[in-house]
Formats: sequence, C-alpha cells, structure tokens
Amino acid sequence: MKTGRTIPQAKRILSNRLMWAACLGATTIAVLVLSALLITIAIEGTGALSWSFLTSFASRKPAQAGIIAPLMGSIWVCAICAIVAIPVGIGTAIYLEEYARRSRIKSLIQLNISNLSGVPSIVYGILALVAFVRFFGIRSADDAWTFGNAESIFYLQIPFGPSVIAGGLTLALVVLPIMIISSQEALRSVPQSLRQAALALGSTQWQVVWHVTLPAALPTIMTGAILSMSRAIGEAAPLLVIGGFLLVFQTPANLMSDFTVLPLQIYNWAGRPQSDFHKIAAAAIIVQLVVLLAFNTIAIIIRQKLQRPLQS
Amino acid sequence: MTSIAARTAAEISQRGRIRSAAFQGFFEGSIKATLIALTLLSVLTTVVIIAVLVEETIGFFTMADHPEISLWSFFTGTEWSPLLGAKPLFGVLPLISGTLLVTAIAGIFAMPVGLLTAVFLSEYASPRTRSILKSVLEVLAGVPTVVYGFFALTFITPYLLQPLSSSFGTYNAMGAGIAVGIMILPIVCSLSEDALRTVPQSLRDGAYALGATKFDVTAKVVIPAGLSGVVAAFLLALTRAIGETMIVALAAGGLAQLTVNPSQQVQTMTAYMVQIFLGDAPAAGVEYRSSYAVAFTLFLITFIMTWTGAIILKRYREEYE
Amino acid sequence: MEQPTTTSTPHSHSGSPSIGEPMTLRNDTAIEMQNLSAWYSKNQVLHAIDLDIAAKQVCAFIGPSGCGKSTLLRWLNRMNDTIPGARATGKIALHGVSLLDSALDVVDLRRRVGMVFQKPNPFPKSIFDNVAFGPRLHRIYSRTDLEELVEQSLRASALWDEVKDRLTSSALGLSGGQQQRLCIARAIAVGPELLLMDEPCSALDPRSTASIEELIRELRATYTIVIVTHNMQQASRVSDSTAFFYEGKLVETGPTDVLFTTPKERRTEDYVTGRFG
Repeated sequence: MKTGRTIPQAKRILSNRLMWAACLGATTIAVLVLSALLITIAIEGTGALSWSFLTSFASRKPAQAGIIAPLMGSIWVCAICAIVAIPVGIGTAIYLEEYARRSRIKSLIQLNISNLSGVPSIVYGILALVAFVRFFGIRSADDAWTFGNAESIFYLQIPFGPSVIAGGLTLALVVLPIMIISSQEALRSVPQSLRQAALALGSTQWQVVWHVTLPAALPTIMTGAILSMSRAIGEAAPLLVIGGFLLVFQTPANLMSDFTVLPLQIYNWAGRPQSDFHKIAAAAIIVQLVVLLAFNTIAIIIRQKLQRPLQS
Repeated sequence: MTSIAARTAAEISQRGRIRSAAFQGFFEGSIKATLIALTLLSVLTTVVIIAVLVEETIGFFTMADHPEISLWSFFTGTEWSPLLGAKPLFGVLPLISGTLLVTAIAGIFAMPVGLLTAVFLSEYASPRTRSILKSVLEVLAGVPTVVYGFFALTFITPYLLQPLSSSFGTYNAMGAGIAVGIMILPIVCSLSEDALRTVPQSLRDGAYALGATKFDVTAKVVIPAGLSGVVAAFLLALTRAIGETMIVALAAGGLAQLTVNPSQQVQTMTAYMVQIFLGDAPAAGVEYRSSYAVAFTLFLITFIMTWTGAIILKRYREEYE
Repeated sequence: MEQPTTTSTPHSHSGSPSIGEPMTLRNDTAIEMQNLSAWYSKNQVLHAIDLDIAAKQVCAFIGPSGCGKSTLLRWLNRMNDTIPGARATGKIALHGVSLLDSALDVVDLRRRVGMVFQKPNPFPKSIFDNVAFGPRLHRIYSRTDLEELVEQSLRASALWDEVKDRLTSSALGLSGGQQQRLCIARAIAVGPELLLMDEPCSALDPRSTASIEELIRELRATYTIVIVTHNMQQASRVSDSTAFFYEGKLVETGPTDVLFTTPKERRTEDYVTGRFG
C-alpha cells in the first residue's frame, strides 16, 4: 500500500543545486571582500611608501610624515607584551591542564578565562589606566617611586604613566586569555599515552610536563603565541584609553618612554578629512600588514623547525 | 643473551648518583606554587576590572553636584548629550541603540555569509580549496580592526553605499556595520565550521544511506546536529561586534541619537569612550565619569553574552564526548 | 626516596632459573594481595582479591573485558592515582612494602615497577633518549655508564642489532613491534624489580607478537612479570601462573598448565575453552 506523496525528483535536485550555489556565493563574498580590501589599500597606499616614510617622524604635512615612532613603539610594546603574556599564559594553561583536578573551582576559573576573552579590549584599557598608569592613585606621578636612572633601558617609575611598559602590560592583559586558551588546546592535543609512559617511569608531575608534554605541544603553543602577538600588534583601543595617542617625535629609549603604535597612527591619519592623509594611512596599513605577514611566516617556520625531529 | 643483558642493565642502572629527593620535592612544590600564582592572575584581572568599574560607576551616580543622575534616568533617558548644551543629559539608550544597530547590521551580514561559508568548507570544498579558503579567513582574522575602519571610510561608504542612495553621509551606521560584519566573519565561519565538523560522520552516512541528497544531509542533519555550536559561534561573534571600537570610532560618526536608520550617523558605547579618553575632559568631571558607567554597561552586556555562549558551547561539547 | 632496607635489587636475587629449567613454584613471593577491593567513583570494580604472585615468574591475568584485570595491574604501580575517583582498600605488598600506604612515594614505586602499555607509546624523541629517559630522571650517570645502560637495555629487549646504527634518529620511525620492544627497553633501563604489561601485543601483528612473547619468556629470569592479556593462547605460551578474573572477582589461580588443563571452577573451564568471553 502506498501512502504519502513522493517529492518530485526535479525539486530535490533543484534544492540541492540552490544550496550549493548559496554556499559558493557566500564563500565568493568572503574572497571578494578580502580582495577589495587589499586592492583599496594598495591603490591608496603604494604611492606614499618610501624609505623616508619609514624613517621619518610624524608631520603636519602629509608628504613629509613618516612612521618611525609608531613602528618602534609597536615593536617595544609588543615585545613587552610577549615577555609577559607568553610565559603567564603557558603557565596558567599548564596548571589547568596538567595539575588541577576536576573541581568546581577549576571550572569556575575556566569559565572566567573564557569570559575574559570576550571582554572588549577597550575595557582592559580602563583597567590599565587605573592600575598601571595611575597605580590606583596610591602615588601621584609627581612623586613616583623611581628605580634605576633614565639612561638605562630598564629605568622604571611607579606609577608607570602612559609609558611603553604600561602599553605592553595593557596588551598582555588583552591577549592573555587567548594565549591561555590556545596553549590549553595545544596541551590537550598531546596524547594521554605519552603522559602515562612518563609517569610509569617514575616521573614527577613537573618532569612529565617539562620533558614530555611541553616539548610535544610546543609547536602548537608557539603558533598560538604568534597569533596572540598579531592580535596585540593590531590593537589600538586599549592603548588609546591609557593615553598612547600622543604625537611622538622620538623612538622609545627606555621602559618609561612615551609611545604611539602603528594602529593608533593609522587611526589618527584615517580620521582626518584630507585625502592626502588617507594615502599615508594606507601606506602605514601596508607596513602593518607586512609586519603581520612576517609574524605568520615566522610561525610557519617555527612549526616546521620544531616538528622536524619528530619525524624519522 | 637477552637475560644476561637484562642483568647487566639492572646492574648499571644502580651505578648513577641518586638525585636528591628533598631537593626534588622542594623544586616540585615551588613550581606548583608558581603555576597557581600565574593562574590566579587571571582571576585577579576579573576582580580588579569589576572593582574599578563598580567604584567609578558608583562615583558617577553619587556626584554631589549632579543629583539629577540616577540609575533610572541613566537607563531610561533617551538623550545623551554630555558635552553640549547648558545642562548635560545622560540617557544611555541612544548609545545602546547605536551599538545594537551597528551590531545588527554586522550580524545580518556575517551570520548567513559565515554559516554558508562554513557549510561550504565542511561539506563541499575539496581539501585543497579548503586550505586556500582557510588561509583567506586567517588573513581576514589577522587584519587589525582599524584597517576595517579605514576600509569603511574609503571604500564601503563612498563606493558601495553612496551610489545607492544620497542619504548616506561620510559617517553612517551601515558602513560601520558592514565593516564590523567583515571583521567578525572569520570568527562566525571558523567557529561554525568547528561545530559542523564535530557532527559525527556516521550521522551523515546514515542519512546518505537512506537516499538523502547533500542538501537534505546538510540542512536536515548536519546543521540541526551542530546547531548549538553554531548558536554559540554567533553569540561569541556578536559579542566581539558589540565591543568593537576602532571601526565605529572611525566610521560610525560621533552623534548619539536614537535611530534605526542605517544611513544616519550613530554613536556606540565604545565610540563614546574613545571620544572622552581622547578629549580634554577633566578627570574628575561628570563627562569623564560617565564613560565608566558606559564601560560598566558594556562590560555587563558582553559578560552575559560570553557566559551564555560558553555555557552553550560546553553543553554542546559534552553531547559528543 | 630510596628504601634500601626493603628494596632488593633484581640482580641480588639468588637462584634465578635459567631458560629451559623445569618450572617449579618457589616460595619466593613478590606480590601479596589481601582482601583488595577497588572502585572508580561509586563503581566497585574489584571485590576482595586475595592473590600472591611469585618472584621471577610470569603471571598472566586473564578474563573477559571489564573484569577488572587492567585495574588490578594499574594498582600495582599506582597508575590509578591519575584517575579522579579511583580508590582501593585492602592490602597490596611488593616485597613487603605496602603499596596502598598514602605515605608511599609513588614516584619511587614506579621506578621499581616498569610498565608496558597496550599501544606502543615511545616519546617523540630519539631512540637513545627514549631509553635514557627514566635513568636520567632518577640518577646522574656518567656518559659511558649511560651509553652502556642504553645498549644493555636495548640488548635485553632484543632490539640492539636493529637500531644500533641509528640511536639518534626518532623512535617514531620504528615499526610497531620495534616500538613496543623499545618501550620494554625503556622500562628495563630504570632497573625495575617488576614489569607490568597491559595487553602488550594487542596492537601488533603476529610476527611482532611472537618476538615479544619470546622476549617475555627470556626476561622472567631477571624480573617478576605480570601480563594482562585477553588472548588465552598467549597466556598459556608465556606465563608460569595464571589468574582468571570475572566481574571483578578472582575466580581461580594456579600454575598455567594446571589451570588450562584441569580447571577447578566451571567458569574457568568455560572461559579457557572459549565458551564465552
């Protein structure tokens, strides 16, 4: 006995085709957007790129302006961010993955980290403004604790004020959750059998981590670290809050130097109405994208270098 | 011969100098303590964020020379004009509506495009195409947001929107919204693709074995099975859109108004904060303090959204474990 | 922590039987278990086990999957400590040292008890570093001692001739059977008294299985060996004594030839003749 009406074959084929077309269309949009973005920037920016653009300070005249200060600022801030965020992130990930037992506290900490990763970066700026720049108002800038002398690159004052070190620590706060989560994923992907092998040989917990888990996870951790750093080097909002938006006419000399960074400089120029400034903004974007590309290339090289000894 | 070697090995293994157990215990303990301290840093961050925001927000609501500011007037007021006019008005609704308008435009663009691209990647694309597209998305994900702001100003608004209608000004919600959409596209796409790929192959095989077409399998089996993962992806991406700062600061304009017209300029919560922190507002002034109240509102909204997203994602992962 | 008073080093045992010597059960007991029960969270997986295992012999644990034989094995080096919710009551003693004592130094225990797992799990390091891993954790060796130790351990696991020219290449390049023998060498290098093997051949092809079985028969001259297997032929080929487990209980134990030919219990007979499991 036949009940039910069969759906015509033609209709099924049509819906199948439509689905395929929709998916392909969507993918094409993504590719087109990226092309439009790159082409716009290339057209606007290549004219302004020159050696003197890379080596000059900012100027009121677009033709004479350059990006040496934000370029060096970005490097300083990003380096400080890396020095702080990478070890702290890996350490936290190790504790959560290798040490902490399943408990309520652990899952709360875990939830807290994923929440932190969703906090807008500008909110971290506010935290940094109060904590790093002003040191909660405990000490005023005029009578700061001073360590070292101004000649040394480790010259330090507390409160930090809107300095390179405050900027680096701010970015470290922003990328820390990303760093933790990616390191955790890397550690989780190490087969349990390797940990068992090491434990069965009489390794302590740390020996398992140091000799087995960490080396095996390192390529993936480094990839995550570099992704975190490319996020950091593109951040502008939190640095803008802590006061990194200065017209700076010198490259940083020590931890207490004033600074600006590339994204802030781009924001500054892009926000002006004159199209000449848009051209140098685009040129600065090209530099920024080249730096990011270099980061990704380094990531790929590290990954391959570290993976080689694992293969026979 | 094996047993002789085994006995020799046993003998040699006793030759080395034993490592000090006391030192090793101390070392293990210090390592563990350090790791716990590092882990607590992230907890401390949350605590300090909340403490700072709460304290400054309370300060804003209890300012002696501004008794008219209350929680009620803040959350129900329809006018936000802290800098202009004789009497500043702090009704946060225009900022919230501006934020939501931009986020909605971004979502309307990024959610379907991202999901369909994810379907294409996980169900249709050959491994080669897939790896090329993945790197395109990775590039998009790595582009600093200020670049998207620039793109909105110099391409989206003048070449896409203004030819359509002359009502679009230099700064408008639509251009900023699309740029934010482009920014969150890689997030929607890669998270949804993860969700779709965790759907077990056996479910797909089962459906194909019943004579289903690829459309049937995708629309009726894979997407429903991965739905909570996709929803979580949408939520997390929208959270990013709400908190996005540089794009809206460049392209959405600086006028806080209660509107749903995408050709108008709007001010978002984040853009207002930029305006205040860039300007010369005195640190003790009411405008300056208002930015903390706005930041707290923003923080609460994003916190609730991320939390929801994380919980959905956790449930979803447990389903397949 | 070293416990020289209770620890007898393997080579100090006198009268190890050489290969081919007729099997006799000796009084020398390596492991004693009394009233041992174990749980994973609320599931009781072992019920009041009483079992003695003789030194320098191969003891096989057999039984259908889920009968608790692997759990029992993992209590012998306290690997169950790594599983949340795992606990045990009763008594296990290794040469008189109580293993369930909470004050026991598990790191030291695992140095004295080697373990070989179901799937070969060499570290993604060189062959040399794999074998030297355990010794380096516990002691400081001179270079020559370490090299000799690695060589003798690899000879003991019958792998030396195959790998002596490529000690510095990655262990992951070895075949499955070679990897498993490397894992045995790795366990041997620490100088254990007891070797635990958890279905060591289940991931291997028949030829590699045969070579591992031969190795096990040779190694019992030096070590007490406990092997978990679900392959009854394997148990009968390699072991001196056999313990049959069913649903967390020890059903029967005895010399392997006796247990396989004239089992006392009906269940044992059904299992060894392949009627279930």
